[in-house]
Amino acid sequence: MIVTTGNISRISGPVVTAEGLRGSMMYEVVRVGTDALFGEIIRLDKDEAVIQVYEDTSGLMVGEKVESTGTQFSVALGPGLLSSIYDGIQRPLPTLFKMSGDFISRGVFPPGLDLSRKWSFTPAVSVGDTVKEGDLIGFVPEFHIEHRIMVPPSVSGKIKEIYEGDFSVTDPICTLDDGTCIAMMQLWPARKPRPYQKKMDPDTLLITGQRIFDCMFPVAKGGTAMIPGGFGTGKTVAEQTLAKWSDTQIVVYIGCGERGNEMTDVLYEFPELIDPRTGLPLIERTVLIANTSNMPVAAREASIYTGITIAEYYRDMGYDVALMADSTSRWGEALREISGRLEEMPGEEGYPAYLATRLAAFYERAGRVVCYGDDERIGSITIIGAVSPPGGDFSEPITQNTLRVAGTFWALDTALAYRRHFPSVNWIKSYSLYLESLEDWYGKEVAEDWKDLREEAIYLLQKEVELQEIVQLVGPDALPDSEKLILEISRMIREDFLQQSAFHEIDSFCSLDKQYWMLKVILSFHEIAKRAMNRGIGIDSIMQLPVKRSIGRMKELRNAEMVKGHIDTIASDFTSLMEED
Amino acid sequence: MTAVLVSREYKTISNVAGPLIFISNAKHVSYDEIVRIYLPNGEERSGRVLEISRDIAVVQVFEGTTGIDNRSTRVAFTGRPLMMKLSPDILGRTFNGIGKPRDGGPDIIEEMEVDVNGMPINPVARDKPEDFIQTGMSAIDGLNTLVRGQKLPIFSGAGLPANKLAAQIGRQARVLGEGEQFSVVFAAMGITFREASFFTRSFEKSGALGRVVFFMNLTDDPTIERLTTPRCALTVAEYLAYSLNHHVLVILTDMINYCEALREISTAREEVPGRRGYPGYMYTDLSTIYERAGKIKGKRGSITQIPILTMPDDDITHPVPDLTGYITEGQIVLSRDLFRRGGDPPIDVLPCLSRLMNSGIGEGKTREDHRNVADQLYASYAYGRDLRRLVAIVGEEALTELDRKYLKLADEFEKTFISQADENRGIERTLEIGWNLLAMLPEEELKRIDVGYIEKYHPGYQEA
Repeated sequence: MIVTTGNISRISGPVVTAEGLRGSMMYEVVRVGTDALFGEIIRLDKDEAVIQVYEDTSGLMVGEKVESTGTQFSVALGPGLLSSIYDGIQRPLPTLFKMSGDFISRGVFPPGLDLSRKWSFTPAVSVGDTVKEGDLIGFVPEFHIEHRIMVPPSVSGKIKEIYEGDFSVTDPICTLDDGTCIAMMQLWPARKPRPYQKKMDPDTLLITGQRIFDCMFPVAKGGTAMIPGGFGTGKTVAEQTLAKWSDTQIVVYIGCGERGNEMTDVLYEFPELIDPRTGLPLIERTVLIANTSNMPVAAREASIYTGITIAEYYRDMGYDVALMADSTSRWGEALREISGRLEEMPGEEGYPAYLATRLAAFYERAGRVVCYGDDERIGSITIIGAVSPPGGDFSEPITQNTLRVAGTFWALDTALAYRRHFPSVNWIKSYSLYLESLEDWYGKEVAEDWKDLREEAIYLLQKEVELQEIVQLVGPDALPDSEKLILEISRMIREDFLQQSAFHEIDSFCSLDKQYWMLKVILSFHEIAKRAMNRGIGIDSIMQLPVKRSIGRMKELRNAEMVKGHIDTIASDFTSLMEED
Repeated sequence: MTAVLVSREYKTISNVAGPLIFISNAKHVSYDEIVRIYLPNGEERSGRVLEISRDIAVVQVFEGTTGIDNRSTRVAFTGRPLMMKLSPDILGRTFNGIGKPRDGGPDIIEEMEVDVNGMPINPVARDKPEDFIQTGMSAIDGLNTLVRGQKLPIFSGAGLPANKLAAQIGRQARVLGEGEQFSVVFAAMGITFREASFFTRSFEKSGALGRVVFFMNLTDDPTIERLTTPRCALTVAEYLAYSLNHHVLVILTDMINYCEALREISTAREEVPGRRGYPGYMYTDLSTIYERAGKIKGKRGSITQIPILTMPDDDITHPVPDLTGYITEGQIVLSRDLFRRGGDPPIDVLPCLSRLMNSGIGEGKTREDHRNVADQLYASYAYGRDLRRLVAIVGEEALTELDRKYLKLADEFEKTFISQADENRGIERTLEIGWNLLAMLPEEELKRIDVGYIEKYHPGYQEA
């Protein structure tokens, strides 16, 4: 490792140029100025190195020293990540708070993991065993998660010693016969994807408990989804709802260039919310990365890499991980800002030409994989990225480039948000490319006729749009009763099924079973109403049926059985209606 | 930061371009420090270092570059960023955009001196904003509730009464059942004397002048000082909130002028422009202003921001309102259409939003049925508004009876709920008006409302 020292020759916002750093490598970490600010080399030009600084550069002077460290920006991985809250470069915010108070000051670098805390390690291999990269050598309980300690990538050999007991993350817990010491903590360069054996097709639904997602536009475990929407359309609420209810063992939530009060909200809420599957506080499965909009812009650029590296580490243990990035547009803007300072030739809307490549490389780190290790564990990362298009205009570069790589597209709609239809996912514009690969899964886990129900519902909603156009021209009275019925039924689908309150005690999470029966009830109502109309019953008396009102309240019912009961009520209500007639 | 005590002076200005001067061969210059500029005629100005390299330092001159020459003008580097002097005596005073008194009063004898750029609040140190602020305006209290520590901008259009609304909020805002220290910091950026004196008079009338700190950068003041005006104002607000435990309301007007000043500097520096010529870093820059709103754990005070911005051509997708909306916690939008029809205030509630509403309302804060009533009013009014378009084509007769009720509700909603002129309405009254409107619809249409609340609050049940 060659450590060289240079001097600052130019300062422009977060970008600093230094001379005399020949021999340094790209993306090497450097310490800038007398305060030793954290920076990373992003361009080399003969003797000069261009550095992006992860902290505020006010007060820096030309001529101050710059020291290279010989290492790349790396994330500390090991027990203690869960329930942590970090900034974009993995500084634990609670520790920063203890060290420097209410405001974030500069040049303070607490380690990403608590080095003094002891963890109880149980070996899974014995002396004399041969291990290779990815093999499990032991376990540490981290909350309810079994934290699996793996042989780091590109290490292998025969175990000479292995210990059981309480250790800190840096204590050696195992030595190999070639003298290599293995500790619980690994360092991994954030910008480099962690290796795996092979990728597999995603074929399992990521259950979110949200009807518009699970039933209409699903994302598979190991897939990618994007949520674009103008401000106020509910991107953040959607991301937070997904972080709360997704059925993965681990959730990584990246607040990238967003509001400080939103992160506060998560910090207050997650320790109190209970995971419906494990019965434990949600925070115990969550890693939070908070680089708010007013925190340094270069650290915002790094935050998504820090997040995905942590996600990959848990994936390598064989867990399902969901990663929420809110918002990737702010990340793109950070790229643009740095690129502008570098005076690079701008591409579309001032974004650098490599925007598409970087975005695709990030989304490609999602997937369902066979991990290294002799037990052939399968782990997955699902990426759900929010996009904030300027002016709500989806033709802008970040939305368009993300569209090319995302498998599910949840288009948020300002018009729906204005009338408080939440989640404001537009059912006409959105799509999911996972429908086909999930068909078997739905058939097995939910019901054989799920696909038919979904298609029927989508058909009715599509038909509604067409009929609405006619209504706009000639008024609703001109429609025949059968079409008026379609308008009524699609209104029921919209209001009684798709609308879902993220804040309602019961409705915020809806089990798949309940989702299925809710849709089934509405569509059966349609079927029977059609039959009744054929026998001469008017639409007005059908709409007056008491069961219709109770269908509107299905959301508030606690379990699927109670929803299912509506099927019988519909039958009896219609029977008595026809008898009256 | 290394403090350099000896001030260094240079006479080496090589270029002057717009608001920028370029100084060659300056040594030991630090990024973002303040410089003093001495003109040949004896005048003194100040500026801020924007960029430095071995050969050249780029300085942005606050009071404009008129009269600066490149031979005898002297430049002195102070080694410090722009600082604001603070003491409890600042209350009731008026300052200019770089924090110097402009009311003819004495300089502030400082208790402390603080860098106006501030530092980001550690998200862990933030306290959750959840105290309901009653503004007395139904459109805000009822549907887009403001809470302490929130930043809620008013999106206005040229000629719309945003100032009147902001002043009314400033006058009426209070937290139910509390009598804590309350003060207002008012930052004017590029507004006219007439607008500024409207605010001064309004505060005067309510007898609040002694609790207000003014920062005035009017239309004829140097554009470039608009960049520091909000920062000085927020530094004072932070002092009042976190050192003196005040609840501070910060009114920033007009943010569009701030952004134009930012664009001017960016253009002078020949930077790559983003949308409509505004610099690509405008989002980050705006966030360093807006994110200074909030509450901190263990501190009694709070900072609530109401920035006002005029949307050019009423266009909400213009970069300034757009980026603002992405940073702030909601927005209050004024509508020209409603203004013409006599709405006072002309708040168009459909595009309005308060992201922190949920934490400030409900049982023990406002009333248990608040959320439900707000959702139902929104949904019903939006539907009624849609019907207006239909009526324009097919006539009211073509509507079903139910639809006619919705149409009526939308009209009444604008007349009785939104419009209130100078009335100061309590939250109970606001909800009561809301229920009276909802009672116009058949009960089964009230799907957003819990059955229990209908029985408890619906006027139909009250009479029975």
